[in-house]
Parts: sequence; structure tokens; C-alpha cells
Amino acid sequence: MSTLAAPLEAPPAGPGRPAYRVTGQRVLSSEWAKLWSLRSTWITLGLGLLFLVAFGLIASSRYKSGIGSGDVDPDFADSTAVSLSLFGTNFAQLALGVLGVLVMAGEYSTGMIRSTMAAVPRRLPVLWSKAAVFGLVALVVGTLGAFITFGFGSGIVSGTPAAMSLTHAGVVRSLLGAGLYLGLVGVIGTALGALLRSVAGGISVLVGALMLIPGLVSLLPSSWRGDISPYLPSNAGASMFALTHDSTTLSPTAGLLVFLGWTALALAGAAYRLVRRDV
Amino acid sequence: MIDAQRLTKRYGEKTAVDRLDFAVRPGTVTGFLGPNGAGKSTTMRMIVGLDAPTSGSVRVNGHHYARHTAPLQEVGALLEAKSIHPGRSAHNHLKALALTHGIPRRRVDEVIDLAGLGSVAKKRAGAFSLGMGQRLGIAAALLGDPQTVMLDEPVNGLDPEGVLWIRNLLKGLADEGRTVFVSSHLMSEMALVADHLIIVGRGRLLADTTVGDLVREAGGDTVRVATQDPARLREVLAGPGVDITGRAGSEELQITGLSAREIGLKAAEHGIALFELSARTVSLEEAFMNLTRDAVEYHGSTTGIDTLAADGRAA
Repeated sequence: MSTLAAPLEAPPAGPGRPAYRVTGQRVLSSEWAKLWSLRSTWITLGLGLLFLVAFGLIASSRYKSGIGSGDVDPDFADSTAVSLSLFGTNFAQLALGVLGVLVMAGEYSTGMIRSTMAAVPRRLPVLWSKAAVFGLVALVVGTLGAFITFGFGSGIVSGTPAAMSLTHAGVVRSLLGAGLYLGLVGVIGTALGALLRSVAGGISVLVGALMLIPGLVSLLPSSWRGDISPYLPSNAGASMFALTHDSTTLSPTAGLLVFLGWTALALAGAAYRLVRRDV
Repeated sequence: MIDAQRLTKRYGEKTAVDRLDFAVRPGTVTGFLGPNGAGKSTTMRMIVGLDAPTSGSVRVNGHHYARHTAPLQEVGALLEAKSIHPGRSAHNHLKALALTHGIPRRRVDEVIDLAGLGSVAKKRAGAFSLGMGQRLGIAAALLGDPQTVMLDEPVNGLDPEGVLWIRNLLKGLADEGRTVFVSSHLMSEMALVADHLIIVGRGRLLADTTVGDLVREAGGDTVRVATQDPARLREVLAGPGVDITGRAGSEELQITGLSAREIGLKAAEHGIALFELSARTVSLEEAFMNLTRDAVEYHGSTTGIDTLAADGRAA
């Protein structure tokens, strides 16, 4: 009660009254603290890392044993150490994207959003901070996972046609691309959480955009398919970390730009809804 | 200081808050009263910028809430309970809010102690009882050492000790010169803490008054007397400021302006026999009910039956 009991001289800006102030950096540090103070963050990030490493190593071992027995699965026929190591990206993106949705939509489902927006009534700094903090964390986890998996995976497949080392052209670029892709998936998840304000809705749209739409596009006439397919979020993203590219895929740089475009679109929609609608 | 001007909020066809004009001043506890659904919570949400008014405006300490550089230092608000993430501890919840403003860690510990949460500060807030959740909400409201404190139904879920704590806290804050704005649908609770009252019903301002004025306007203190000789008693009691009513032929009189004691003494002095002498103080609850009767959104079933019966008679 000490501070409260202290008499107020000439409020609100009297002497002795501390000069608090909301700044972008402070909102960032608040979101950083919020992220790490929930158990679900640790569990989901751990799952994402586990998916990335475990599935990459399993794929590498399957390839190795297939080569050894002379019975290579046709899906693995033209694999490289990079593609085998990044086999788990599809699963890791689910964990990291879902956590991104939770970071934002979880505030709406619990009621925390009222406290958050009362503290930062300008609202947008919260969205930017959440996207930046979680995007960075997902980027670090993704990059770390990609390099760890390649470190072990390339050892498993050494001596096979898929063998590659870090010094091989494009390998480091692919691994960094995978990390960046996972980071941006985290940002998209956060944006979808803000856009839909619902954990279930955000996860559904995320899974739909990354995993279902590519399947649906195969129903289109083939002449359209070639024009649309490379620009879908999942395919553009895959171009970022694929080692080899052909006429049906975008170059890594084009893939990155298209995927950044999707990310910006999701963030813009989230920002619009955040500012325009009541909390 | 909170200043609402023609504040209006519509959700489609429904008008939740209808052209509210009021001011909440520093140094006193202002009660914000109204039946359920009267628009109290919506008004409070607009004050801290969670909802945007459809028209009109509300300012806090001279500015819109979102314009302040340190909003938590201007208004500390407890809104509907549980504006927290259940997976986060009370300490981490308050720390995260404090970080946005650069509020020092020591202040977080201070409000935890102030709210009596010391022993549970490290536990997940989701495991808190309703009362503990309220205390955490109040700790968060006081975090920025705010000039204006606004609490929506703060006594909900608190045990008697907690209710007493809130009462003293609110009075203490007002005595320090802060603006204290507290909503409730319980007149009896408000009467104990509030000096000023803002009463709303169906989104409209019904009264902007003080506790004393509300009672006086609602009928004040009436004494009911039954006597053998009403005509003579009227003569005896008549005087300035005394108001006597009663039906012709009835032994009963309603008297305002004199206490039951004075009436009894006068009657004895003049040898007038009294059969009944009872002070009938209009309670704040009744005054409030009279004021809001037409504005109650959700009538209980008994009221509904009464209304039906009345309609039946009318038809």
C-alpha cells in the first residue's frame, strides 16, 4: 500500500510520479516474456524441433537401408542428403504454424486480449511484436533443426548416391531457406490468429492453405495448373529450400518473394481487422 | 476524470448505450448502477478503447484513452473477470503488462502484496478461484499507479473479507484524490462506498445524483400513523416542512418532515390515541428499483406473471 498511500501532488504529472511510457521496444519485451511464460510454447516448439529432426533422420535411414538392399522406394529414387534431411519440414510447419495461431488467437479465447489491448490501446504494436518475436523464434528453431538434421542425416547417407556435404553448392542456402520458411509460417500463423480470432479457425485455414489447397489445385485443368501451382504458399515456400529447381517451380529468390507476399497479405488482413473491429 | 459526451454504442438494431452524458470526478467514489444489460460494461469498454463508440466520445483526463503515452498510468481497469491467460502465473501476467510501460519489477511485487496474492503469485492463474481472479484483476488495475481506477463489478465472487477489503481500498483511493468509478447492479453495496451515483437503464442515463438526493427524491422518510382522530392529529402536527397525506375516512396518515418520536410526543401531549406509529424509510434498494423499473431488461418470472395479470385486467 506504500505507493498508493503516498499523497499525489498535482496529478497526473506531478513530481514523484514515475514517467512510464509505452514504446515499441517495451511491447516487444512484453511479448517475449509472454511467449516464454506459457508451457504450451515449450511443448509445441519441442514438438516442431522433434518432427523436423526425427522425420529427417527416419527418411535418411529408410533411404540408406533401401539402397543397401537394392530396393529403393521410387519416391526416394532421386533424393539428396538435403531433401531427406528436410523431409520433416511439412510436419514441423504444422507445429510452428499452430503455435503461431495460438500466440494470437489464444489471447482472444482466454480473454487475455482485453488486458493486452488495455495496456497497448494503439493495438498494432502488439501484432507487429507478436509476429516479430514468434517469427524470430520459429526461424531459430527451424534453422537449428535443419542444420542438426543435415549434420546427422548426411552422415547416415554418406557413401550413397544421395551423399552431400555442407560445402556442396546450394546446401547451406537450402538449409537456411528451410529455417526462413518455418519462421515465416510462424508469422502467417500469428497473422491468421489475429485475423480469425479463433484457435480452431486459424488452424483450419493454416492447414487448408499449406496442405489442402495444393491437392485441390490438381483438380484444375492442367493448362491453369501450371500457372497457379508454383505461386501457392506451400509450393512457393518449398522453392525456398529445394536444392534443385525445374520449369514447374520458382527459383529460390522468386519463391521467397512470393512467400513474403503471402505473409504480408496475411499480416495486412490481420492489421486491418485489429484496428477496425472492437476487441 | 472521465468525461462522456453523447456516448452511443449500437450493435445492429440494438442500442446498448444511448447518448450517455456524464462526468466522473476525482476525489470521490462514483457508483455506476443499472440492472443487468443496462450498458455498464459496454460503457467501460469504450472508456478504455476496447470498443469504439458508434457516435459521441469519452475522454479520460482530457484525452481519448489510446492517445495517452502511458495508458495504464491514466486508467487502471478491471473489466469482466478473467482477462488473463489461464496458463500464465499471476506474477508473469503482471510482469508482462508492466513491461509494456517500463513499470519496475518492484511495483509488480507491490501490487501482488496489496491484493493479497503473495502465496499464489507463482501458480497458474487458471487454477484461481473467482475471488482470487478478481484480486488479480484489481492488482493489474493498480499496476500503473493510475489516476483513475475503474472497476466492473469488483465484489463479484469475493468473500466477506474481500468485500470489506474492496470497500476500504476504494475509499482509500478516492481519499488520495483519485477518480474511482465502480459498477454494480447491487444498490446496497454501492450505498456503502459511493458518494456519487450514475444510474443507467437500457443504455440511457436515468440519474446523475448523490445517495442522499436519490433517497429524498424517492419519497424520503415517511412515518405511517393510524389514529382515532386523524383530523385533529393533522391540526396538531401541521407546520412548516411537514407534509401529511391520508385518504378521507381512513384512520391512516402518511407524514413526512417529522420523526416518529416527535409525532408520538405531540399526540400524547394532546391526548390523541395512536394505534400504529412506524417509520418507513425508503431503502436505497427501493429507490433504485423505482427508478429502473421501466428499464429492466430481464424481468424475473414473477414480474412477468404480474404484468400478464395486469394486462388481463386492462383488457
